[in-house]
Amino acid sequence: MQTPVTDIIRAHRDTPGAMLPILHAIQDSIGHIPDDAVPLIADALNVSRAEVHGVITYYDHFRRQPAARHVVRLCRAEACQARGAEALAGHVRQTLGCDFHATSADGTVTLEPVYCLGHCAVGPNIAIDDKPYARVSTARFDTLLQACGGER
Amino acid sequence: MTCTVFVPRDSTALALGADEVAAAIAAEAERRGIAVRIVRNGSRGMFWLEPLVEVATPQGRTAYGPVDAGDVASLFDAGFFDGGAHPLALGLTDALPWLQKQERVTFARVGITDPVSLADYEAHDGYAGLRRALAMAPAAIVQEVIESGLRGRGGAAFPTGVKWKTVLGAQAAQKYIVCNADEGDSGTFSDRMVMEDDPFMLIEGMTIAALAVGATRGYIYVRSEYPHAIATLNEAIANAAGAGYLGDDVLGSGKAFHLEVRKGAGSYVCGEETALLESLEGKRGIVRAKPPLPALSGLFGQPTVINNVISLASVPLILQKGAPFYRDLGQGRSRGTLPFQLAGNLKYGGLVEKAFGVTLRELLVDFGGGSASGRPLRAVQVGGPLGAYLPAARFDTPLDYEAFAAIGAAVGHGGIVAFDDTVDMAQQARYAMEFCAAESCGKCTPCRIGSTRGVEVMDRIIAGQDRPQQIHLLRDLCDLMLAGSLCAMGGMTPYPVLSALDNFPEDFGGADAAPDKKAA
Repeated sequence: MQTPVTDIIRAHRDTPGAMLPILHAIQDSIGHIPDDAVPLIADALNVSRAEVHGVITYYDHFRRQPAARHVVRLCRAEACQARGAEALAGHVRQTLGCDFHATSADGTVTLEPVYCLGHCAVGPNIAIDDKPYARVSTARFDTLLQACGGER
Repeated sequence: MTCTVFVPRDSTALALGADEVAAAIAAEAERRGIAVRIVRNGSRGMFWLEPLVEVATPQGRTAYGPVDAGDVASLFDAGFFDGGAHPLALGLTDALPWLQKQERVTFARVGITDPVSLADYEAHDGYAGLRRALAMAPAAIVQEVIESGLRGRGGAAFPTGVKWKTVLGAQAAQKYIVCNADEGDSGTFSDRMVMEDDPFMLIEGMTIAALAVGATRGYIYVRSEYPHAIATLNEAIANAAGAGYLGDDVLGSGKAFHLEVRKGAGSYVCGEETALLESLEGKRGIVRAKPPLPALSGLFGQPTVINNVISLASVPLILQKGAPFYRDLGQGRSRGTLPFQLAGNLKYGGLVEKAFGVTLRELLVDFGGGSASGRPLRAVQVGGPLGAYLPAARFDTPLDYEAFAAIGAAVGHGGIVAFDDTVDMAQQARYAMEFCAAESCGKCTPCRIGSTRGVEVMDRIIAGQDRPQQIHLLRDLCDLMLAGSLCAMGGMTPYPVLSALDNFPEDFGGADAAPDKKAA
């Protein structure tokens, strides 16, 4: 069982500072870090399970549960605030029917806040599944969401 | 004849549709039977014009922008391969005043070359600095960097060469070069542009640092929010290693330098150098107490140079042209240039590299063109989420580390976020506390508890409850955080809070916000 996880651990365990590379590789491979990976990682790196749990829960990027098929990340930092990000955030929450750190009513989109995507001159900015979009108006968001819908 | 057209691959350009434009150009060329070579260059940093398409003409590169995929057919009709007239035509790129007025010395190649083409890099002065460094003694390289006056561009402004000297003098079997590419400040993107648009410059800078201090291994810690930067760096590192610029024997010198990208995981405080080192070691990104300095006991307890992307990216130029070239730019104790990042509510936002001494007004008005919304600019935050909010009365302050310190502000990483007159500064002060509460690593009490109490106090101020008393409390709390926090997270959160309060008291209940107002 857990073949991808054990393979990943084996491939990275001798790397200096292997914890984050292992966690990234697991999440990139299966979408989240399952709880039963924790003792395997702890054993391989010779640290306590508490230490592994501590690292997973410290970093916002890591998720212990699978996300929906699409992840929308909306920038809420200052440069996007100055260009109307809060109004967009209100529209997005209403459209998806969920708050940040949650999944839309229809279960297809997970909404996450992000604090800067690095496109600060042309906000408000979002990323859908790591693809960046700038100058996102409420209408543009609706169009992008529809495009997501086509492959839901 | 093959026509050459440039369509940026910078992720901001991608966010504005550059991939779609490149695909449309390829398809249209094929449909018309025209041979075209599409180069995916970096961005020139004029983001209001992205996607900015350039074509090579006998007169030089000619620009069109902002181009939508739907404009492509009409560009072909207009004969844009010969620089033909079109409503989106901007003329010769190099003649655009926005670029001409800059001092692009570090960003000299950015937007011009193909970021992952080693041949392109070498043809534009690439690796000239490393070749000179290879003929120098380590101490001489360090001395050159000290004499250049280069100070840490991540925000702390510590002299880069002095840091290197400490690592050079440390005795250890293994030393490290770590690049802090955890560019988490809102309103900053110069690190991202270097990594995506001219990654060899960073790789070369780190290699020179390794020669200077005797390090054989390096890490670039990039935030997970920058997937394009990570991909571009990995491609560039593979190309550099393949050509002998990295590896066991750098350019036949007998010296080894191995370089690797490590991905962060969404923690703002990992931009703090000791938290970053903890994260690289595979732990929670908790700030370490200093001393010991990372220069003596850094990554895995070994002597470590840890520098920001722009600091390291400035080094190849300093080695190539010599310390005086760099030192002669700038003013006072702020030498050289800073790539300023114009962000937020500005008409013409983007990357402006200027020597220190340029005023905020020049950046906001002459380059930025005022607000994007057309309303008056009311506040600008300089230096990221931990930087001060400045009113229009401060717009004539020159950007220089000491001049900014004198007005209770910080240049930081050179990010400038502009707000128009719809901004509510009490809400911005609350946000600063809220951000600190969310991102605090939790090690020290002033930051961990102070920021949460700060949000509560701000909520009462915004609600108009006991304002004079609450504002007194807020000042007291800021004083404690400033003096008692372990790192800049808690120690500088008071900057945006107090500057909002002092410069915009009308948003905090006017007279109630006066500094001399004591609790009843």
